[in-house]
Amino acid sequence: MSDENLIRMANQIAAFFRTQPGGDASAKVAEHLRNFWAPGMRRQLQEIALKDGSGLDAIAVEAASGGLGLPRVTV
Amino acid sequence: MKDIIIPWDDRDLGTPPRTGAPVTLTVDGFDVTVPEGTSVMRAAALAGIEVPKLCATDSLEAFGSCRLCVVEIEGRRGTPASCTTPVAPGMIVRTQSDRIRHLRRGVMELYISDHPLDCLTCAANGDCELQDMAGAVGLRDVRYDAAPQVANHFAPRDSSGEANPRWLPKDESNPYFTFDPAKCIVCSRCVRACEEVQGTFALTIAGRGFDSVVAAGEAGDNFLTSDCVSCGACVQACPTATLQENSVIELGVPQRSVITTCAYCGVGCNFKAELNGDQLVRMVPWKHGKANHGHSCVKGRFAYGYAQHQDRILSPMIRDSIDEPWREVGWDEALTFAARRLRGLQETHGRGSIGVITSSRCTNEEAYLVQKLARAVFGNNNTDTCARVCHSPTGYGLGQAFGTSAGTQDFDSVDHADVVMVIGANPTDAHPVFASRMKKRLREGAKLIVIDPRRIDLVKSPHVAAAQHLPLRPGTNVAVVTAMAHVIVTEGLANEAFIRERCDWDEFQHYAEFAADPRHSPEATAALTGVDPEALRAAARLYATGGNAAIYYGLGVTEHSQGSTTVMGIANLAMLTGNIGREGVGVNPLRGQNNVQGSCDMGSFPHELPGYRHVGLPEVRAVFEAAWGVQIDPEPGLRIPNMFDAALAGNFKGLYCQGEDILQSDPDTTHVAAALAAMDCVIVHDLFLNETANYAHVFLPGSTFLEKDGTFTNAERRINRVRKVMAPRNGFEDWEVTQMLANEMGAGWSYTHPAQIMDEIAATTPTFAGVDYDLIDRLGSVQWPCNEANPAGTPTMHVDGFVRGKGRFIVTEYIPTEERTGPRFPLLLTTGRILSQYNVGAQTRRTANTVWHDADLLEIHPHDAETRGINEGDWVKLASRAGATSLRATLTDRVSPGVVYTTFHHPDTQANVITTELSDWATNCPEYKVTAVQVSQSNGPTEWQQDYAARGERSRRIVTAAE
Repeated sequence: MSDENLIRMANQIAAFFRTQPGGDASAKVAEHLRNFWAPGMRRQLQEIALKDGSGLDAIAVEAASGGLGLPRVTV
Repeated sequence: MKDIIIPWDDRDLGTPPRTGAPVTLTVDGFDVTVPEGTSVMRAAALAGIEVPKLCATDSLEAFGSCRLCVVEIEGRRGTPASCTTPVAPGMIVRTQSDRIRHLRRGVMELYISDHPLDCLTCAANGDCELQDMAGAVGLRDVRYDAAPQVANHFAPRDSSGEANPRWLPKDESNPYFTFDPAKCIVCSRCVRACEEVQGTFALTIAGRGFDSVVAAGEAGDNFLTSDCVSCGACVQACPTATLQENSVIELGVPQRSVITTCAYCGVGCNFKAELNGDQLVRMVPWKHGKANHGHSCVKGRFAYGYAQHQDRILSPMIRDSIDEPWREVGWDEALTFAARRLRGLQETHGRGSIGVITSSRCTNEEAYLVQKLARAVFGNNNTDTCARVCHSPTGYGLGQAFGTSAGTQDFDSVDHADVVMVIGANPTDAHPVFASRMKKRLREGAKLIVIDPRRIDLVKSPHVAAAQHLPLRPGTNVAVVTAMAHVIVTEGLANEAFIRERCDWDEFQHYAEFAADPRHSPEATAALTGVDPEALRAAARLYATGGNAAIYYGLGVTEHSQGSTTVMGIANLAMLTGNIGREGVGVNPLRGQNNVQGSCDMGSFPHELPGYRHVGLPEVRAVFEAAWGVQIDPEPGLRIPNMFDAALAGNFKGLYCQGEDILQSDPDTTHVAAALAAMDCVIVHDLFLNETANYAHVFLPGSTFLEKDGTFTNAERRINRVRKVMAPRNGFEDWEVTQMLANEMGAGWSYTHPAQIMDEIAATTPTFAGVDYDLIDRLGSVQWPCNEANPAGTPTMHVDGFVRGKGRFIVTEYIPTEERTGPRFPLLLTTGRILSQYNVGAQTRRTANTVWHDADLLEIHPHDAETRGINEGDWVKLASRAGATSLRATLTDRVSPGVVYTTFHHPDTQANVITTELSDWATNCPEYKVTAVQVSQSNGPTEWQQDYAARGERSRRIVTAAE
């Protein structure tokens, strides 16, 4: 799956949860991804989050760093 | 094959029912008690006494013109018409006496004097009320013989050979029915049906006295050129052969019937399929159908010919690669080939490398089996449904706000609405039978708000006019809905009592603060949305204060990058004003296809099992693991667009696609085609070699809705029975085909009837716990939730509380789509449907409905057309960053300057070459409704269209078996 597409989708999700009250946007993004994204997509997003300058929203990067319910990918 | 004999009372009681205090009267010595306001005719009929009638029928208000239904009422002078006389307490009615008999015979004699007596060769022979009434009144003689010199309407020439100026030729312009004025008795039933039932007002009575004739449209019009929408209500209402289905003229009067459910839109009309043997003669809307109450549209009523179309594929076919021609094979060979390939792909590329797409056109039972195939046999959750590309944001948005993913009302609820707000929906084209109900309520005085970039028909049609039309710029739904909330909150129009009792108060406070921010005011957002702030304020005030206010919305809401957010915004508006939880209000998604609701209910989405329960929940998995005897993967699978992306990346290789033409219906055709081409086993299970089949390796012939048993669930959560009207031409019902494929892969399923599948659904899914075929047969239909608490189903949801407990207000910040206009693509394209065609057109293009719409046209504002040198009917090139196609232009101010519109019913224009990969943030529902485009002059089809047509022809080659 193309990184570009995943980044766009993750950024859209981050943009929504950023606007929600109560803080904790990255946890909400992580929960959304765990609920709706197949594990392969989540794994790829984790890998993207490890790269600098990917264009992935900081909230999504933070969400991905929590593992998204998968074994954590490390560099 | 057996007929379904259900003791429904299909008698015509003469006039419509009334609700009112009970009134007791005596008819021919029998006491009968009926609601106040009921006619004497209906009261008599309810007592089992049929008063002769011609101009009365119980689908229409009484008219009192034929004078055949006269009765005697003690204490009243003369002989009043029983159809127009309301009952009164203690009334004593006599429906028969010498005087009445004499009068009725006299009336009948006059009718017959101007009617051709060709009964034996008449198409309505045996199904003619005039004939029946002549018998009932004992007509034995006609004194006013229609001699050549006596004026009449039925003889083309008199005996001297002179042309009869009163005779009019048949009007055969409509492909489905014939109007023969020679047989007309001018009872006005057709005219009244067009007004009262359909609401189109296409028919009228022209002339006066003996010159009165039924006429369609204006002078010079025929049925086809008039405003007639071919709904069939007039044909249904006609007591003679004056308006007659061509199929009856050709095939004769049908002798048996089966009650079933239409397979077109999400209204889910019940029909009587009327047959001779297994020859379908006509589809007649069933008067007891709870979604349609005896009404229909041109699709369900007439456009069923595709079932017998020569293009139908009846033998399975396979090929090793998509460059080869198809090879016809037996079922065993096709299924073995498919099963081996799928298993082989899983061995090579992993368990998750294959998946399914369930159909929103097939039955609940079929969708259930296809998702079960993925979860229990493939061992993954790669199942999705075409609801992904239409109403998945409804599922997410309403699930978040209310706790359940469905419309809150039944259709009858609209009869109690005072304000109707239609957002991003075009009911008169896409949900015509419900639109007629809505228009009836609007004619009674309910107010209408339309939020749509286009001036849809509903904005201004006969005797209906929107109080407010907000022609917003495509893509700004969230801003408009939030601006409405701004007005409601800041002008103190919110229903605080409702919110305190029913909703989460803290979340409301956040939301109120958000909505009240001046940046959300209609004035602040006008530059963005293009909506007049005063009109928006007026609309918000009307919605909040106009009484019962109901929202009906469609794909103009969901198919956006913020589709889910708009759904939440709509839920917010309903909660803010307390417009939820009773009749006449609510939030009502109008579902596109017949079984979108059902396919979602049946667990077609990759993240949830039947009944909208997340696959990650161990207690939910345990229910299905016990029922199915397998382990279920706890992780969500791939959605349709994810499948395409994964295919292009090389790790999704096989797809079983039932009854869905993804290549034509999904956005960015070039991308979808590349993804399909990258797969090694695409199985298309369909009626026709559709566009997707160009890229398929296995073709499994499907059965039509006429050929199988099952259930569809309509937009009001109503589970309707689909009954087998005839044997499947392809040999198997679709659920049987899925079962054979599953068993070929080792499943060991042994269903012998869809009722057993429904029993399994009921046993595993709490909202369906009380559903079985016996119950549906008994009640006619049932709305889920149907369980111990609601044994007869649930017409209105969230009555005492929301399914999730407290209703949840969600902040809806407007985030513009990435799709922007600019110098290269300065216009915004939005897409939609037209009445006569259905979705990708696979069915309706194979019927005579093409007389109304034989090609997709581009609607463009005259101003935009002028600056581009485009004239009416010109070929134009429509280009976006995704692709280009060409089609003919039509100039109209229905669209605003800057906006263009087209339909997507024809594969040769293929509007989805233009649409992009952008999608809803929460659900990946594609953003069909906003694409930046340019329109320019063109000489004809683009290179892409030519290539595509050539490829289609190549891919459809078939080598027949055993030659």
